[in-house]
Amino acid sequence: MSDSRIRDLRTPLARARGLGSAKSGTEHFWWQRVTAIVLVLLVPWLVWLLVSLAGADLDTARAVIAKPWNAILLAIFAVAMFWHAKLGIQVVIEDYVHTRALEVASQLLVTLACVVGAFASLYAIARIAVS
Amino acid sequence: MANRERPLSPHLQVYAWQITMTMSIMHRTTGIVLAVGAFGLAWWLLAIAMGGDSYAHFSACLASPFGKLVLFGFTASLVYHLFNGIRHLLWDAGRGFDIPAVYRSGYTVWALTAIVTAAIWFFALRGGA
Repeated sequence: MSDSRIRDLRTPLARARGLGSAKSGTEHFWWQRVTAIVLVLLVPWLVWLLVSLAGADLDTARAVIAKPWNAILLAIFAVAMFWHAKLGIQVVIEDYVHTRALEVASQLLVTLACVVGAFASLYAIARIAVS
Repeated sequence: MANRERPLSPHLQVYAWQITMTMSIMHRTTGIVLAVGAFGLAWWLLAIAMGGDSYAHFSACLASPFGKLVLFGFTASLVYHLFNGIRHLLWDAGRGFDIPAVYRSGYTVWALTAIVTAAIWFFALRGGA
């Protein structure tokens, strides 16, 4: 500590975070796996639910979705699905879109579309559940 | 600046075909398909929430031959991405990395995709889709 020469221009906080110029670490990898595990658990249930509703009329579909656990799991599924989709498409764009402006624009568009998709799903589930 | 043709480093064409590369490309392709399908699920939920004409329109789209074909594509993509995703998660856990295991799990994923997709459609069509 008595040595006052500057050896590292980073702030102590930046050094503790240890992220460097990429500004992020394992978050993308981690949340892709977390949402993947949620989806692995829920996809069989969702497929079963959709198959059981094949050719169902509106009232039946509403009654099934309005059941508490179905509504809750559908809401979790919708969030995990759009989050996982966003993380996946982000990497596809990073890999193939090499024009910076187009890349930023597509990333923004995908993020916004997935947010809209997730909120629209949650709104629809809530509306079915309380109707 | 000289604008002449520069030699490029070898790309995909120098490799012999292997099941692993096809499965990797399929994982990404089905992922893109499913990202589109996610909005189909949102559309389904909204159609049910709105009811009336919205649901009638949605049902009509789904019941048409083209709608059924698209839905079959989504089903197959979902099943493939699910099983291959589990394969990826096992790799992340450090399992099944030796070459014979990678091939075995690859063919297993293809077989399961065919069987489970067929089973889903058997039950869906029997249920009145």
